[in-house]
Amino acid sequence: MSGAGTGRIQGKALLVGDNVDTDQIMPGRFLALSDEQELGRHVFDGYEERVRQGIGAGTILVAGQNFGCGSSREHAPIGLRGAGVQAIVAKGFARIFLRNAINLGIPVVVSAEAAALAHDGSQVEISLGEGIVSVDGKECPVEPFPQFLQDLLQAGGLRQYVRRRLAGR
Amino acid sequence: MGQTIAEKIIERHAAAGRISPGQIVEARPDRILLNDVSGPLAFQEFERMGATRVSDPEQVVLVQDHFAPAPSLGGATAMQAMRRFRDSQGIEHFFDVGQGGIEHTLLPEQGLVRPGDLIIGGDSHTCTYGAFDAFGTGMGSTDIAAALALGEIWLRVPKTQRFVFRGGRRPFVTGKDVILRVLREIGVDGANYQAMEFYGLGAFSMDERMAICNMVVEGGAKAGFVAPDEVTRRWASGRLGDAFTLVAADGDAQYLTTRTFDLDSFGPQVARPGSPGDVSDLTDVVGQRVDQVYIGNCANGTLTDLRQAAEVLRGRRVARRTRLIVVPATQEIYRAALQEGIIEDLISAGAAVSTPSCGACFGGHMGLLAEGEVAITTTNRNFRGRMGHPDAGIYLASAYVAAASAVAGAVCDPAEVLGERKR
Ligand code: SF4
Repeated sequence: MSGAGTGRIQGKALLVGDNVDTDQIMPGRFLALSDEQELGRHVFDGYEERVRQGIGAGTILVAGQNFGCGSSREHAPIGLRGAGVQAIVAKGFARIFLRNAINLGIPVVVSAEAAALAHDGSQVEISLGEGIVSVDGKECPVEPFPQFLQDLLQAGGLRQYVRRRLAGR
Repeated sequence: MGQTIAEKIIERHAAAGRISPGQIVEARPDRILLNDVSGPLAFQEFERMGATRVSDPEQVVLVQDHFAPAPSLGGATAMQAMRRFRDSQGIEHFFDVGQGGIEHTLLPEQGLVRPGDLIIGGDSHTCTYGAFDAFGTGMGSTDIAAALALGEIWLRVPKTQRFVFRGGRRPFVTGKDVILRVLREIGVDGANYQAMEFYGLGAFSMDERMAICNMVVEGGAKAGFVAPDEVTRRWASGRLGDAFTLVAADGDAQYLTTRTFDLDSFGPQVARPGSPGDVSDLTDVVGQRVDQVYIGNCANGTLTDLRQAAEVLRGRRVARRTRLIVVPATQEIYRAALQEGIIEDLISAGAAVSTPSCGACFGGHMGLLAEGEVAITTTNRNFRGRMGHPDAGIYLASAYVAAASAVAGAVCDPAEVLGERKR
């Protein structure tokens, strides 16, 4: 296993560029919100209209380098999920965003090859068990996460991990 | 084999024996910081995790700064959630409106950051504490909730890059210019997942070191440290007496890279709108019109910054078509600035001086930008839409440059206003 969660995920690609920061994903004026659906309505406010229009149930976001850089606001990944994003494929993720997405159980995979192949509307299929992401039928390898993270994901994410530790006390 | 500062500090907070880069360990932080943006989400998750009591209330620090004072019902509700958590969990380290200020400037001032400490915060600029020889790193609300519940958090030990500065600096070059110069070199992900160590900054004050470490996250770094020296020791004795030990890297520590900069090879630096990594010499952007100047934020709202601003503005006026907003980072800084006459100088020059707040820095309130407007600020991020309208432009610079630009109504070299001289 090499991505967050298990199983197969299929969807249509929606492309964003390199260094997309969390201020663009979820501008500061929405940070008093906490409801997922509400945050979902404001995702990418002020960003390219193509992305605003294109995002919806089942979207697989395909990003360049350093996706999610900047602020630690968890409102950003929560909003993406609220808007319907079911997984994110990127050339690379910024550190805090990656932790947040994994903690929220949003499947995130690193594959420079897949990110380079995809264009808007590409059919993307992620097979987490096999560590493969295919773009319009072309298979690309996924960079594996460290073992600890894989175990954490298998345990059902950080929430379950904490539950179990608290129960063991 | 020797160890870096990051490796030593993490090792001392983990029960994993000898550690090495790449390893994932569970560590016990000295402090867990939450603000009024990350806090409410963390409290929700804390409950969902089935937790009822924080592991150790002494670890926890709650700061009201993003919304302070509450600009909306939503903000007021977030701040109320912070007070409720304080009450239900018996948190002592709590700072409300009028009691504290912006978290990263506040914690060291309050003696809540010591050399060698491990501090995690629900805020990306928690890396600021590397100025004080502490490992500070930012995380999201779910991680912070886990830390509240368990008293521990998982961390991957980072590799470290080393930055060595030589020689003396040119006039009007500050800590802000140093970090902008570094970001110009490495880009916005040049230190992703890594730690940074800075050497050769003996002539830079603790305030300036905060500005440097504050922005290491703009290069993607997990933490950044100014190598501890006499300046660090003096600061620590002043705040903590003798209750501290400095943590320095070993002579044979392993670094990914070492980059060397001559301090006298660059003047003031400015980041252009869109990215803190799009940095150029001040001389390349001089003359750009500015509608708003903002001096404040967790990196550059210190007494040092306010003094620099006052030095430029004393006896002068803010340009007619430009507005200047000044936000002292903490109550203590605000009061010191009052006593020194700085606030009077700023107000006489036409500045709007506000109570400590994150406010406009993150596009929340108290100074947002309209479509097409241009600002120069001492903040740390100029992402599209950061301070309001997505089509407003934000330049990042030191307080000297920001203040000079307020006088000129356009990006301006402080030497133009004050004359060539000093430092
Ligand atoms: S001043 Fe700005 S960068 Fe600093 S903590 Fe507040 S919002 Fe974040």
